[in-house]
Amino acid sequence: MNTVFTPAAQRNGKLTLVQGNIALAEGALHAGLDCYFGYPITPQNQVPEYLSAKLPERGGAFVQAESELASINMVLGAASTGARAMTSSSGPGISLMQEGISFLAGDELPAVIANVMRCGPGMGGIKPTQGDYYQATRGGGHGDYHTIVLAPASAQEMFDLTYQAFDVADTYCNPVLILADAILGQMKEPAVLEPPYERKAIKKDDWSLTGAAGRKARNIRSMLLAGDDQEQLNYKLEKKYERVKQELPMWECIDTEDADLIVVAFGTSARISSSAARLARAEGLKVGVFRPITLFPFPEEALRDLASKVGKFLVVEMNLGQMLHDVRAIVGHDIPVSFYGRPGGGVPTVREVLENIKESVS
Amino acid sequence: MTVKKVFGRPESLCDVPNLYCSGCGHGVAHRLVAEAIDHFGLRDRTVAVAPAGCSVLLYDYFDVDSIESAHGRALAVGTGIKRANPDLFVFTYQGDGDLASIGMCETIHTANRGENLTAIFINNAVYGMTGGQMAPTTLLGQTTTTTPNGRCAEMEGAPMKMAEMMATFDGVVYSERVALYDPRQTIRARKAVFKAFEAQINNEGFGFVEILAACTTNLKMTPERAQQWLVDDLCETFPLGVYKDVMSGAKQESVASRESVGATAGSGSVKHAD
Repeated sequence: MNTVFTPAAQRNGKLTLVQGNIALAEGALHAGLDCYFGYPITPQNQVPEYLSAKLPERGGAFVQAESELASINMVLGAASTGARAMTSSSGPGISLMQEGISFLAGDELPAVIANVMRCGPGMGGIKPTQGDYYQATRGGGHGDYHTIVLAPASAQEMFDLTYQAFDVADTYCNPVLILADAILGQMKEPAVLEPPYERKAIKKDDWSLTGAAGRKARNIRSMLLAGDDQEQLNYKLEKKYERVKQELPMWECIDTEDADLIVVAFGTSARISSSAARLARAEGLKVGVFRPITLFPFPEEALRDLASKVGKFLVVEMNLGQMLHDVRAIVGHDIPVSFYGRPGGGVPTVREVLENIKESVS
Repeated sequence: MTVKKVFGRPESLCDVPNLYCSGCGHGVAHRLVAEAIDHFGLRDRTVAVAPAGCSVLLYDYFDVDSIESAHGRALAVGTGIKRANPDLFVFTYQGDGDLASIGMCETIHTANRGENLTAIFINNAVYGMTGGQMAPTTLLGQTTTTTPNGRCAEMEGAPMKMAEMMATFDGVVYSERVALYDPRQTIRARKAVFKAFEAQINNEGFGFVEILAACTTNLKMTPERAQQWLVDDLCETFPLGVYKDVMSGAKQESVASRESVGATAGSGSVKHAD
């Protein structure tokens, strides 16, 4: 398991029936959110609506920005002062933010961005998807960089992982993306809305812009013109990503110990796949589920470990095969990896996944 | 005998050689802003927001905290900083492509929200850093690398008048256009920067100063000739003057100091008098 962050274990406490988007907003509030900037887009509107009332009550700043370009750059400005800042959006809005996310990565500023995925490409629609996996895990904007990506699979994790995202962002001085989808955002489930652990105290006064009282002036930038400074920044970032890969991977294994086939899926697909795997077990098939919780860094070692013991894999996604290529690269060419996915708002049914399990296992 | 220092480098301006082109307006404009920072004692709580363009290099010249913004997003970045920490003094320093083209949406909305910050807008009618392409403020008939036959209103639209436009927003408490072509105008420019800074210091709202300057390299003119172009051409399209002053105590001072130009002080509600 990782050494720095762990996913919240079984939660004890008062259960509240809560919508995923509200759980996400509550997670941010409990993490000490200082500033929220956002622009309306379905299916995440409950996040800004909720925070527009709750955040100012707690002394924080809420601004409905004129566009997603403005929101992400307001986040960047707030983050540069050391504040805990976030935005949320979906599809086209997240595409518009990519320049700003690249700047956050280049400036090494901590911030949280929630993408409640809607189907595309283009305007697409408001149905759920996991079509933004590539965009999220490959950087998304220009330049060599990575955004840390956390993938919740329940209202509880919308709360827990958002709470944790701020600590992760502050620890690595890097933007963190919450990759949810329309189902997770809109669905109501019982969840414990209390912090899973005590918030980390992370110092920011050695880099934040506070006015240069009693010290030399600071500048935050990613354009480094002198000599090979720009090249060196990239090496520095790469070193950080290596550390993130060592320390951060989070995943869940369900019934994988004796499995002949393992379904690899994240988020909503993992929920559906778990139901299908249970039905398969009832029919005597030994099926487990491997659910990455961090998509960057992908829990490579854990999956490779399973691949040394398990003969077959099935990847299930709400797209036409994006994480699939990561799984194939990790388990190698000798192990068969089959795929089932539906794009453009299509949601795999439990029955469809079960059929694919049966085909893959035989 | 004691010697009294009457003129020197402002403290918040770094003691380094100025690498801008000779005749470029940034040197003088930087100095005026630094003088205002010194005058109001703001150095220890200032964050400057640099644009994309030649003045992205302002961190080399200003001895204050600063951040680089994406092209056109300086006022969004400034909004984020100010909302996160209202005790900070925040100004953006932007060129015409940055503020009036790619960043127009942020410019209008930041002004309309009456964000309590200051925008210093350098209008030299051309994209400087990228090599002299047409700017939103390029003059009609002006030749640039993308208007080889001169800007034509039918095809490229007319120059955009930002100081006038800013004056239309209720959130803006001060909007003035000045020019850097002789000592008298430079002193007026200094006053304008001081006024706009005062607006923020007094939590009155958004202050805007448009400074007409020359980009000698892209105009392909000597500094002397570029000064004449400023007087004869740029100032003709962009009349100097105070376009809005609804700061407290505005009547006595700025209306009296306004000169001949066809500008009228706007009226509107004063926001952010918190």
